[in-house]
Amino acid sequence: MARTVWDSTVGKKTVMAISGLIMLLYLVAHMIGNLKIYFGAGEFNAYGHWLRTVGEPFMHYEWTLWLIRVVLVVAVVAHAVSAYQLSRRDIKARPAKYVHRKPRASYATRTMRWGGIILGLFIVWHILDLTTGTVHSGGFQEGHPYQNVVDTFSTWYGNVIYIVAMLALGLHIRHGFWSAAQTLGAGSRTRDRALKTGAGVLALLLTAGFIAVPVGVMTGVVS
Amino acid sequence: MRLTLRVWRQKNADAEGAMSTYEVDGISSDMSFLEMLDTLNEELILKGEDPVAFDHDCREGICGACSLVINGDAHGPERTTTCQLHMRSFEDGDTIDIEPWRASAFPVIKDLVVDRSAFDRIIQAGGYITAPTGSAPEAHATPVPKPDADFAFEHAECIGCGACVAACPNGAAMLFTSAKINHLNVLPQGAPERETRVLDMVAQMDEEGFGGCTLTGECATACPKGIPLMSITGMNKEWLRAARKAKR
Repeated sequence: MARTVWDSTVGKKTVMAISGLIMLLYLVAHMIGNLKIYFGAGEFNAYGHWLRTVGEPFMHYEWTLWLIRVVLVVAVVAHAVSAYQLSRRDIKARPAKYVHRKPRASYATRTMRWGGIILGLFIVWHILDLTTGTVHSGGFQEGHPYQNVVDTFSTWYGNVIYIVAMLALGLHIRHGFWSAAQTLGAGSRTRDRALKTGAGVLALLLTAGFIAVPVGVMTGVVS
Repeated sequence: MRLTLRVWRQKNADAEGAMSTYEVDGISSDMSFLEMLDTLNEELILKGEDPVAFDHDCREGICGACSLVINGDAHGPERTTTCQLHMRSFEDGDTIDIEPWRASAFPVIKDLVVDRSAFDRIIQAGGYITAPTGSAPEAHATPVPKPDADFAFEHAECIGCGACVAACPNGAAMLFTSAKINHLNVLPQGAPERETRVLDMVAQMDEEGFGGCTLTGECATACPKGIPLMSITGMNKEWLRAARKAKR
């Protein structure tokens, strides 16, 4: 069955849909966790520490976190590889463009590929910035996420990269969530409006929730 | 009406093509788009030039032969086939761009004519039912629930013209294939091959080099028969069900 799925355009879209939904689920949790920054350094840093101790004593320190990271890496890679292979196929299937061209699909739909690439690059920067601290602007301190976040959003480029990526994320989710439902066969005429609204609301909430952090730092509410 | 036409001219499958400009005059707004092209061709023949090759057959909107991209729209500005499009949809003095279906699975044979036999091979892969032939069976022998019959009819409307492929930015044949699969899979007559049908037809569709679906919805907008985009969702559902059940 795995072969059937991976070799088919319909199957590969299923891989994209499921990996996308896994990442989406993670993003909801990530966004809610981020908002704790509004309750001060104590609570935010304690939350960061708790993420490493989840599941104890059954799980060892950081085991749960690493488990989540592994699942996410698998999801990102599966999503990207199937997107790349499907896109190559799509471009090959339509080599000649029409002389008379008019794009009709929505902006969110037309920017899925570029938006996806932007998000991929953002994830790399984001990890190097706030997880490993490799490209961090201030003195990166492990275990002090509050200060690290404030440092990042005290630079203009940190804000720009982050906000652009979050806008791309919103557009990506708006088309992606609804599309995933169609790919998994969960869409129907009666459910279509609910799914489209759901995609819009999810996109809006996630984008607003994530952008709330740099906005908090910029306005001085978080410092 | 006086019109300027920019038409894709291509000698044969291997030749390079280009847009050529023609002027046509004396076009009536009651003419169909194909009759307007007939007028152009008559003039070209009189001048000793090669007439523009284009596909057409029934000219009643039911055979699916006509296949023109008019001003960037498959079958032109109205939601119908090219043969049922009338010149009243255009204004006197308009410039109209006429191009063939564009997809690598639909290679151009000449001018505006493309080879759509890829569709035939998708049908051969599973777009049929296995039933004894002979005289028509008793109509009440196989009850079909009304909603299922309506669903099947809606998808059976597909005439296989290929406008969905032409409109799709990925050159995907998902709407065509899904219409055929939904039509047959919902009926009791199609039940014995329900799983193999969807797996084989999708596999053949991929084999032909059609692209994948990114749910832009352009296919359903172009479809002269109003096959809904949700048809693809139905095919995906059938495919996943079949892939789970498949023993091979």
